[in-house]
Amino acid sequence: MAIELNVNGEKRTLDVDPSTPLLWVLRETLELTGTKFGCGAAQCGACTVHLDGHAVRSCVVPVSAVAGKKVTTIEVSGNREVSALQKAWTAIDVPQCGYCQPGQIMSAAVLLAETTTPSDSDIDACMSGNVCRCATYVRIRSAIHDAAASLKGGK
Amino acid sequence: MGAPSIGRRRFLQVSAALGGGLLIGFVWPESARAGASTALLPEGDFAPNAFVRIATDGRVTVIINKSEMGQGPTTSLCMLLADELDADWPKVGFEFAPVDPVYAHPGFGIQMTGGSTSTFAMSIPMRQAGAAARALLVQAAANAWHVEASACRTEKSFVIHDASGRRSAYGDLADAAARLTLPADVPLKDPKDFRLIGKPLKRLDTPDKVNGTAVFAIDVHLPGMLTALVAHVPVFGGKAKRIDSAAALAIPGVKQVVDVGSGVAVIASSFWAAKKGRDALKLEWDLGPNAGMSSAGLRAQYKKLAEGPGMVAREDGDPKGAMNSAAQVLDVEYELPYLAHAPMEPLNCVVDLRADSMEIWAGTQFQTVDHAAASATAGLDPQKVKLHTTFLGGGFGRRANPASDYIVEAVKIAMAAKAPVKLVWTRDDDMRGGYYRPMWHSRIRAGLDASGAIASWMHTIVGQSFIVGTPFEPFIIKDGIDGTSVEGSADTDYAFPNLQVDLHTTTVGVPTLWWRSVGHSHTAFVIESFLDEVAHASKTDPLELRRKLLAGKPRNLGVLELAAEKAGWGTPLQHGHARGIAVHHSFESYVAAVAEISFEGGRLRVHKYTVAVDCGRVVNPDTVQAQLQGAVGFGLTATLYSAITLEAGRVVQSNFHDYKMLRVQEMPQVEVHIMPSEEPSTGIGEPGVPVMAPALCNAIFALTGKRLRNLPLREEDLRS
Ligand code: FES
Ligand code: FES
Repeated sequence: MAIELNVNGEKRTLDVDPSTPLLWVLRETLELTGTKFGCGAAQCGACTVHLDGHAVRSCVVPVSAVAGKKVTTIEVSGNREVSALQKAWTAIDVPQCGYCQPGQIMSAAVLLAETTTPSDSDIDACMSGNVCRCATYVRIRSAIHDAAASLKGGK
Repeated sequence: MGAPSIGRRRFLQVSAALGGGLLIGFVWPESARAGASTALLPEGDFAPNAFVRIATDGRVTVIINKSEMGQGPTTSLCMLLADELDADWPKVGFEFAPVDPVYAHPGFGIQMTGGSTSTFAMSIPMRQAGAAARALLVQAAANAWHVEASACRTEKSFVIHDASGRRSAYGDLADAAARLTLPADVPLKDPKDFRLIGKPLKRLDTPDKVNGTAVFAIDVHLPGMLTALVAHVPVFGGKAKRIDSAAALAIPGVKQVVDVGSGVAVIASSFWAAKKGRDALKLEWDLGPNAGMSSAGLRAQYKKLAEGPGMVAREDGDPKGAMNSAAQVLDVEYELPYLAHAPMEPLNCVVDLRADSMEIWAGTQFQTVDHAAASATAGLDPQKVKLHTTFLGGGFGRRANPASDYIVEAVKIAMAAKAPVKLVWTRDDDMRGGYYRPMWHSRIRAGLDASGAIASWMHTIVGQSFIVGTPFEPFIIKDGIDGTSVEGSADTDYAFPNLQVDLHTTTVGVPTLWWRSVGHSHTAFVIESFLDEVAHASKTDPLELRRKLLAGKPRNLGVLELAAEKAGWGTPLQHGHARGIAVHHSFESYVAAVAEISFEGGRLRVHKYTVAVDCGRVVNPDTVQAQLQGAVGFGLTATLYSAITLEAGRVVQSNFHDYKMLRVQEMPQVEVHIMPSEEPSTGIGEPGVPVMAPALCNAIFALTGKRLRNLPLREEDLRS
C-alpha cells in the first residue's frame, strides 16, 4: 500500500506494510538511522520523533497513522529548537554512549517550543519518558536550561 | 577483572601512509624479529598496526583500539597522543582499529575493553607514538633547513626554528618524515609541559552523537541486507523440539525460518516482517534441566551454603578464635540479585558472509574473542574475516562475552541466509538472554572487643563464577578462588586484625558475566553497609571508624576526607534529611561518596551525592566528572529497581516496565571532586559504581533506623 509521508519537510511516497511502526520505516526504508530502537514498547523514548510538532514514540505508531502528517526527526535541519538543543548538548558534552540522545533532544525540543523558560518540574514532566542508561540526566537538565536561555536571547 | 599489568612491550615502527603521509605503528617483538616490520599490509589507507596517521593536509588520525561505549577513549587516547605530538587539537580525529594482535591489551593479550584499563594500559603507548611522530617531523624539518633538530621546537602542528624564523606545517613534513629512521630513544614530555592532558577538552564524538550520524552496529545498512529476529529458548539450556513455521513463512517478507540452537531465527526483508514472523511461529521446546529453577529456590540454596565455610580466599591471624572470644558478635546476611546490563542499544550484529570471506559489524568490547569465534563458526581462515567495531550504545560488560553469544548467533544465521543479514535482539531478548551479573549471597560477621573495636571480621560469599571454563581462568582463578567473586573483600584495604574471606562457587544454569564494576558491585555494598552497622553498634561515627581502619592508606583516606568535608559531614542538615557515607578502592582507583536523602511526601528522595575520586593523573577531568555522574545514576538504578528473577526456569522481567531505569526526575544533584595526583592514570568507567548503593542505604539507616540488606530495595523500603 502506498503511503505518503512528509519527513523533515520532504514528501516521500512509500510502499510498506501499513502496520509497520514509523520507527522502522524511518530506519530501514528511509535510512534515517538517527532515530533509535530501545524497547519497542513506548518505555524508553529512544525512538522519539515529532508528529505535527508533538513528541511521539515512533516504535508504537503504525506508519498508516502518519499519512499526510509532518514527521520531524533528529536529522532535520533548520529546526530552531532542535538546533539550539544540539548546540547546548555539544557545549557541555551531554552524551556518553550517545544512543539515547537523539530521542532526548527530540523530546526536549517539544518542551522548548511550548515553554520559553522551562522549570525543573517542566523538564521532569516532559523528559520522564526518556531513559538514559548512562544516566546523563544532570547534563540533560543543564543543557535544556542553556538551550532555553539561548533561544530567549535570540541567539 | 584483576589488576591489569602493562605486560609485554611493543616496539615502535614508522612507515609511509598509502596516498602520502606518515604512519606510526607498533609491532610486537616477535614480529619485529621475524622481519614482519617491512611487510605491512595496507588496510584501507592505514597499515594494520598504525596508531596514528599524519596526512599531507595536516589531519592527524588516531587509531583507537578501545571500544567507545560512553567512557570516552576516543577523546582521551587522542589527547594522550596529540599532547606528545604537539598537534593542533582541532586537526585531531579518530578511527576505530581493525582486529590485529598489535591492538591487544598488553596484560590480557587480547584486543578488548574492560576492567577500566584503557587509560592505564594505553597511556604510555599512545604517548610514545605521539612522541615518535613528533621526533620524526622535527628531524625532517631540521634536515630540510640544515639545522640541528635540537634547535627546533614544535607547537600546534608546526615545527619552528626560532633562530631563522622558519616554520613548517606537520602535513608538509609528513612525507619526508616517513622516510626517516626512528631514533632509538624518544623521551616523553615532563608532565609540567602537558598542553592537553589534564584539560577538560570537549569530546570528539559529541557532534555525531547529537545529530544522529554516529553509527552504531544497529545502524549499519548493506545493500540487499535482511533482518533476523530469534525466538530464543525460554529456559537456559533448553532447545527447540518442534518448529511449525508455516504461519510465519506465510507473512510477506519472511524468507526463512531456521533453528540456530540458541533459538529459532526468522529471516525477513525487514524488522517488522521478522517480528511478525516470530510472533507467528508455533514452537514446542525441550526445556532441558533448568525448567524447575527459581530465584526463591536459589536463595534458599545459597543461604544454606553460607552457613558453612567455603574455600578460603584470605585468612589473617585467627579469625575464628577472635570471633569466639569477642564481647559482641554481629552476624548478618546480605543478598543481591542477578542483574541485566540492559545497554540502551539492544544487542545486534551485522554479518556479510561471502564464499570465502566475511565482514562483521559489531559494537563489541571483545574484538579478538568475537573475531575468532565468528571465524570458527563460519569455518573461515581468520585472515579472511574482517570485524569492524562501531560505536557501542552502552556495554557495561555485556558486549565482552567469552562465549560471543550474539556474534555466533548472527554468523549462524548468515550461513543460512546467503545474504547480508542484521541480527537484532529486541529488548525482551536482551533482558531474557542471560549473561547477568551473578546473584550473590553474603554472610558477614564482626566480633567486637569490649571497647567496641573490630577484633574479627569474617565474610562468606556465595555465587557463580563466570570465569570458569573461559580463557581467563589462568589469569583470574588462583587456587580455586575466582578473583572476581571476592575482589573488594579478600583484598580489603581495611586493617582488620583477624580476617577471613571464604567463597562457595556455585554451579547454576544461568549464564553470568562481568557487569560494570564486576565483583565490587556486590562486595562494596556488603562491606560498606556492614561497616556502618558496626559503627552504630559500637557507637562510633561511621567516618571515624573508616579513618581508623584505613590508617596508613593515604589514597583511601584522601577521598574519604575530601568527600566528607565537601558534603559537610557532621554539620547539621535540614530537618528530615540524613547522610550516608561509603568508600571503596577498585580498578586501582579510589572513590568515596556521601549521599543525602529525605522522605518527601512519604517517599524516598535522593537529594545529592558528593563524590570524591582519586584515579591518578587525570587525562580529561570532564570525562571523570561525567563517568561519576553516570555512576550515581547507574548505581541508583541497581539499588532502587534492578533484579532479574526466575520462575519455572524462565526470566520474569522483559522490558523497562519491570526492569526499571532511573528517570530524570529521580536523578540527584551530583558534585564531583577530583584528588590532584601524579600517580599513573587508572580506571574511571567502573570504580564509581560500588559506593553508590551502600552510601544510600547507610543514609536511609541514619534517617529511619532500618538496615537494608537486600537489593534492590523493596517498595516498602522507599516509603517512610
Ligand atoms: S523504542 Fe520506542 S519508546 Fe523505546
Ligand atoms: S548516553 Fe548512553 S544511554 Fe544515554
